[in-house]
Amino acid sequence: MASWDWQLYCTDMVTEEVAPKCFGAPGYETYLDAMIHGWGWTMFVSVLGLLVALVAGSLIGILRTVPNRKLAMFGEAWTELFRNIPLIVQLFIWYHVIPRLFPILDLPPSVLVVIAIGLFTSARISEQVKAGILTLPKGQRYAGQALGLTLPQTYRHVLLPMAFRIVIPPLTSESMNIVKNSAVAFAVSIPDLAQFALQASEQSSFVQIFLPVTLLYFISAYAINRLAKMIEWYVRVPGILGAK
Amino acid sequence: MTQLDFSFLTWEVLSSFVAKGLWFSIQLTFSAMIGGIVLGTILALMRLSGRWWLERPAAIYVDTLRSIPLVMVILWFFLLIPYIAGPLGAEKTALITFTLFEATYYSEIMRAGIQSVPKGQVFAGYALGMNYKQTMGLVVLPQAFRNMLPVLLTQTIVLFQDTSLVYAIGAYDLLKGFEVAGKNFNRPMETYLVAAVVYFVICFSLSMLVRRLQKKIAIIR
Repeated sequence: MASWDWQLYCTDMVTEEVAPKCFGAPGYETYLDAMIHGWGWTMFVSVLGLLVALVAGSLIGILRTVPNRKLAMFGEAWTELFRNIPLIVQLFIWYHVIPRLFPILDLPPSVLVVIAIGLFTSARISEQVKAGILTLPKGQRYAGQALGLTLPQTYRHVLLPMAFRIVIPPLTSESMNIVKNSAVAFAVSIPDLAQFALQASEQSSFVQIFLPVTLLYFISAYAINRLAKMIEWYVRVPGILGAK
Repeated sequence: MTQLDFSFLTWEVLSSFVAKGLWFSIQLTFSAMIGGIVLGTILALMRLSGRWWLERPAAIYVDTLRSIPLVMVILWFFLLIPYIAGPLGAEKTALITFTLFEATYYSEIMRAGIQSVPKGQVFAGYALGMNYKQTMGLVVLPQAFRNMLPVLLTQTIVLFQDTSLVYAIGAYDLLKGFEVAGKNFNRPMETYLVAAVVYFVICFSLSMLVRRLQKKIAIIR
């Protein structure tokens, strides 16, 4: 294998000229510029997707445990729908089909990708949230209602504070998954890291492009994992749930 | 608002464009499942062997592949395999990639399965005069495999969904079959929708089957 060409990263992607500065030189778009830009897209899609997934997933997870059968069925149907279709197919539907069927949803591609990844992940999160609520002893729910709390109050003050702390460890791994899953966005030409890797490797040595891109994914997933672990430690309930 | 028209999707169209892709997706899923479970079991045994020179490489292999997006793994293999084995084409590359990649997920399942077998079973094996190979093969692994069967099958459903990512290297799978049909008849929206329905029906019925199996196993134990 040829020696490592460090200068490649400071080269303009179109003109093949070496830029005076590797990053952010005016008038140039170096490989490094494009890679950082792609990384920004990956993080944008992942973080916003995670937010959508957390909100939608928690709501659906809660719905699946309420006594109202219709609401619970809706939650189950939602979860089965978003869990049993591959992410890339869901992405194509959000990107190619929905904007044309419903003109109101003719949103920018980045928003559509965030929705697609967010709702896909919401099915997995709802599963965790439901499991978290169901592991609580039934007595807690009855105790809340015996004290005269309404059902929403029972959830808000009794069930959810415990349930969410139980589900944080599985949610941590889900937050890593979303960074990895966001790589699918290349298929609808979002200029994320994977898309950069595909384009840039066409015009230069693929190892030199793929190695840093893979490392960036690795680091990003790891960083999100550390962050979630910190939150987990911060909100732990003393005395139970493996808290030390 | 655009009108949807599914009338072009006749049996002829489906069998000439989609059947080939569906068959490839199924083949890919089954071979990656069998290869992945075999390799995954070996990796799990390595990690539980208690010998660092077996444990470390297996752990590094599993942890590295699991923290990289599958799309990147597919692209890596697609570009690397020609250097090692010569040009193989997208389909064979996908087969190798999925076997090697899914093995990491199956290995974690098998590791949990082996650890779920009570220690007394191992001691009983040794007390009967069995060696390591016999204890593992005749006592521990059959139980681990059985305990983990529902999880292994659920992972296989995930694997079936993941096969749609061979889109990245242009292999002709189920999704590609629908896409080509959509392009030929200029009806991409309809074919994407039908693709989603087909994936849903397959994955949903398989997960129902797994759920029933889980109940059956739970009763016997």
